[in-house]
Amino acid sequence: MMKSILGTALACAIFSVECLSARAATVEITIHNLAFGSGTANAAVGDRIVWSNKDVMDHTATLDGAFDIRIPAGGTGMLLVTKAGQIRYYCRYHPNMVGTIEVDAR
Amino acid sequence: MFNRLSAAFAAICLVTPVAFAADASPTDPQIAHIAYTAGVIDIEAAKLALEKSKNKQVVAFANDMLRDHEAVNQQALALVKKLKVVPEDNSTSQSLSAAATKERKKLATLKGSDFDKAYVDNEVAYHKQVNGALETLLIPSAKNGELKDLLETGLKLFQGHEQHAKHVAATLK
Repeated sequence: MMKSILGTALACAIFSVECLSARAATVEITIHNLAFGSGTANAAVGDRIVWSNKDVMDHTATLDGAFDIRIPAGGTGMLLVTKAGQIRYYCRYHPNMVGTIEVDAR
Repeated sequence: MFNRLSAAFAAICLVTPVAFAADASPTDPQIAHIAYTAGVIDIEAAKLALEKSKNKQVVAFANDMLRDHEAVNQQALALVKKLKVVPEDNSTSQSLSAAATKERKKLATLKGSDFDKAYVDNEVAYHKQVNGALETLLIPSAKNGELKDLLETGLKLFQGHEQHAKHVAATLK
């Protein structure tokens, strides 16, 4: 009995993870000339945010107490969004660089 | 044109004793030299700050200056190589270097919060001066499109540095 409940729970968990990952998208934000893309980026819970840095200098995507992602010159940085709401982040190296991501619930 | 440039540089001179030569429009090889020299000066100042300062914000700012100016200068070197341009020394580069040496000597005698304040105040004034020169002289004078683009990126970056330096200066008061 216990075994079957556990088995069902496991199947459900795998199913929901698969479901979520199948629906999850990648949201790309290009950094160029010290700007995080153009305007607000839109995403949904479970999506991956990928920053692509076209500048010659390194940047970060930082939200104090939540994340601090280094994005090297010519490289990328990634964040998995796990909850709905507005994210207002900045670059720790260039604090006048700010960006916004609107995250919708699924 | 000459009067406008002279007025712009007279305004810059009020901030710091160094003036960018306003006698004639610099050539691309001279502009490349001036831009590279201006970067090296800020890298040297940042290294001094990293040696002397214990203030967390000042150290973080100096690390930012080191990282960014090295990145831009590397890009500038790659560009002049690609364009087969040989950077040409000139009176503006020389006066910038002379003033920077004097400033570094002054900073080297200071300690603790006196050093931090003097370093950051100088960073505000220095970036203001360089940004003024980029806007009014170097960018308008640059003939090559790629050099102009790099200078424009530099201006955006250094305007950010100026704001950042002002922010750090405000926390030191």
